[in-house]
Amino acid sequence: MAIYCWAFIVGGLICVVGQLLMDVGGLTPAHTASIMVVAGAVLAGLGLYEPLIDFAGAGATVPITSFGNSLVQGALAEASRTGLVGILTGIFEVTSAGISAAIIFSFIAALLFKPKG
Amino acid sequence: MSKSQKPTLTPAQLEYQSFARAREPKRPVLLNCFKAFLVGGLICAIGQGVSEFFLWHFDFTEKTAGNPTVAMMILFSVILTGVGVYDHIAQWSGAGTAIPVTGFANAMSSAAIEHRSEGLVLGVGANMFRLAGSVIVFGTFAAFIVALIKTLLAKAGGM
Repeated sequence: MAIYCWAFIVGGLICVVGQLLMDVGGLTPAHTASIMVVAGAVLAGLGLYEPLIDFAGAGATVPITSFGNSLVQGALAEASRTGLVGILTGIFEVTSAGISAAIIFSFIAALLFKPKG
Repeated sequence: MSKSQKPTLTPAQLEYQSFARAREPKRPVLLNCFKAFLVGGLICAIGQGVSEFFLWHFDFTEKTAGNPTVAMMILFSVILTGVGVYDHIAQWSGAGTAIPVTGFANAMSSAAIEHRSEGLVLGVGANMFRLAGSVIVFGTFAAFIVALIKTLLAKAGGM
């Protein structure tokens, strides 16, 4: 059960960081999300994000920062097998599920739903 | 949002600016942070539940359960966006719904639904990434730089 607690706390704290960027920094949600993704990629490069996932589970994998982390992990894993070209071929390897799910479901939603005021 | 090239303002305009700024509603930062924490934390706890489900009922490990979890969260978010619920939660919780991956899916699906009337290709296809595209662009570019540096460092260290 402890993992649920840590997922809640860590996930909540990441969202608070985003809220502070928006309220205190005066950024738009799009700017905030972009900064969070870049932060996730940098944390992944420093080797700090995977330990956070081990510690907080979905608290670290559900926020958008994990998108940056997954991009780096995929690129690094492929680069260690095939060299520098692997960065290009592997960058979307891990995030494929998220991006393709978002595209496919959004497309179906556009066919099924009408815009709500 | 562009900060460059501020035109020189007359004293009257400057006076009005400070007048308007003093009367802008103050953002309740603390309350907003609390809401973001509550909703963001809740979404992540639900995500944890989904990933436990994948762990128990399918052959996923702790590491690989992240992918289907994200996909499921995206599916939930798209459905909630389609029926018009997600935007109400988003209005209340601010970053609590914008920062989790569900916010990314909400941005994509709402853009897709909104532009449906302009046609499938020019409406849905062209506008789907209108809001969410920046996340992918900056994420990919940052990841490329980070992975490049790490790979080059590993090569330099290995040789």
